[in-house]
Amino acid sequence: MMSDTLTNRATPDAATQLDIYRRMLRIERNDDATQTQIRRGRITAPYYSGRGQECIPAAISNLLNDDDKICTIYRGIHDMVAKDMPLKPLWAEIMGKVDGTCKGKGGPMHLTHPETGVMVTTGVVGSSMPIANGFGWAALLDGSKQVTIAYFGDGASNIGAFHESLNLASVWKLPVIFVCQNNGFAEHTRYENGTSVDYIAKRAIGYGMPGYTVDGNDPVDVWQHAYEAIERARAGEGPTLLECKTFRFCGHLIGDDNKYMDPGELDAAKEKDPLPKYRQKLIDDGVVTEAQLEEMKTAIEAEVQEAIEFGVASEFPPMEELRRDVFAEEIPA
Amino acid sequence: MSAETMDKVETVKMTGVAAINAAIDEAMAADEKVIMLGEDVADREGGGVVGVSRGLSTKYGDLRVRSTPIAEQSIMGAAIGAAMAGYKPIAEIMLMNFTTVAMDMIVNHAAKLRFMSGGQSQVPLVIRTLTGAGNQTAGQHADFYEAWFCHTAGIKVVVPTFPADFKGLYLSAIQDPDPVIIIETGMTLFVPGEVPVNQGPIPLGKANVVVPGSDVTIVSYGSQMYRVMQAMEGLGEAGISAEVIDLRTISPWDKQTVLASAEKTGRLLVVHEAGKNFGPGAEICQTASENLWGKLKAAPMRLGAPYCSVPFAKKLEDAYLIQPADVVAAAKTICGK
Repeated sequence: MMSDTLTNRATPDAATQLDIYRRMLRIERNDDATQTQIRRGRITAPYYSGRGQECIPAAISNLLNDDDKICTIYRGIHDMVAKDMPLKPLWAEIMGKVDGTCKGKGGPMHLTHPETGVMVTTGVVGSSMPIANGFGWAALLDGSKQVTIAYFGDGASNIGAFHESLNLASVWKLPVIFVCQNNGFAEHTRYENGTSVDYIAKRAIGYGMPGYTVDGNDPVDVWQHAYEAIERARAGEGPTLLECKTFRFCGHLIGDDNKYMDPGELDAAKEKDPLPKYRQKLIDDGVVTEAQLEEMKTAIEAEVQEAIEFGVASEFPPMEELRRDVFAEEIPA
Repeated sequence: MSAETMDKVETVKMTGVAAINAAIDEAMAADEKVIMLGEDVADREGGGVVGVSRGLSTKYGDLRVRSTPIAEQSIMGAAIGAAMAGYKPIAEIMLMNFTTVAMDMIVNHAAKLRFMSGGQSQVPLVIRTLTGAGNQTAGQHADFYEAWFCHTAGIKVVVPTFPADFKGLYLSAIQDPDPVIIIETGMTLFVPGEVPVNQGPIPLGKANVVVPGSDVTIVSYGSQMYRVMQAMEGLGEAGISAEVIDLRTISPWDKQTVLASAEKTGRLLVVHEAGKNFGPGAEICQTASENLWGKLKAAPMRLGAPYCSVPFAKKLEDAYLIQPADVVAAAKTICGK
């Protein structure tokens, strides 16, 4: 058995299915524009693309409210865009500009936007998980129904933070969902060369929580398992480990030569690209028309374009920013 | 609190442990956002390794005062998340050496999230941790790592010495909008002292002139402060009038008070239990050199632990620590006596 199995599956209605697609497309269009701007030299920071992994946060975010929280990692812009983070401050930030969400002081690896629940983006593998537990504890203290998603990769399931966090979340019955986006590689190391089990979801047994291995290319499969996990968390029944099997289409970071992959492996993965497949399914199922989808795409591309222009027009942060935000009180010059 | 002002206020005698307990109790009663976590902190587990949190889980409930697994990274992570969600967690890392296994959370996250988020993230938490040599706990239970944290922008470092300071500094640290690590030491926790009945917050970043003097400024903190006080008799016998400053907050430190005193006496001696090499004493002495060059009568001097791990054998441990006689000898040297 690769994981626990769902006994009952909720059914996403047409609006839900379309919303998931909208989030996926927004991620993909934003990623495509990011790669273009990197080639044009407008973004100089390393970029860890989430291309290929869209449907995981898209399906999960459909189930989240603005005040539900996510803690994510350096490969996390797709998680934020899925959570409906506005693109203007995102773009200004990745360009290192003062109108960025972090005033240009965090960059793509530390994007933060509390209004949409993007609480922490960490550049340290595994470190989204211990902090997510704190938001879970706060929700219990508040007596709220808020949930927190801790996103991380397959590589992070081998670091100590994973163990400590899942154990504590289980003991304290925290409303946290641990979402492993298993893209098959930890930096350049293949999954099986660094991970002791064939399915990360199996590790959930060791922490006394449910663990599901989900097809990360199937938005409905992800949504149904996330639905179960989120309901469980909101009901006070504790955490869940969701392993979503996926593939990263652009390597570890942009510029990666992918030499550590098998020949043909990337092409085979791209054959399973969930985006065009899901698009076709929605049309075939009569959820949406081709024309409506084109309209959606045009609107998203306009939003991305506006965000790029906003980022370009924004200024670099003033030197005083070196003294600000170290503490609440500004450091004297 | 100096001896003169102490006479005018009603005080109670209590230990550092009792003073911390009183401060946290007061803070928890006044503000429901103050919460606590750490190994064995709840009453079922004994209320903390030395009883600092005794009674608090019974009074405020197990959800606000939570014992944790022995898992420092997850303790700090939970504290950071809760702090960002609007709470004011007090996280106990039982011993300072165990902060090493939570360094990613403390250094990369607690200290930096405000800056990296452009001020959007606030991490108002207190880390309590205990350390100090003298009990033959050897190399992994007694280190002073304050210099590491002083070197990290975004976290305040506090080392109280006297019980009244524990009460006042804790009250400030708990309400501080930024992460604060408070380092406690055996002697400072258990030597009783007078604490004003209405002891309020003592601002962070303010040193305390414990003994006024004219020949040499001696700066110290924590348990080392007691060994400096024990040197006072020897200093008097040597005809040295020492002005003793309890630094209280190591970062950001009170440059104004220390430099004013050093300018007045013309001599500066910094004494700490942490290693001498690259220790806080180096920073303080160099700052004095940069600011008071030409006004000092002798080169600033520091005393700190030798470049080795904390040893086990009693004889070695005694030699490792800066003893009162070492302070007297150093003061004599700097005063040319």
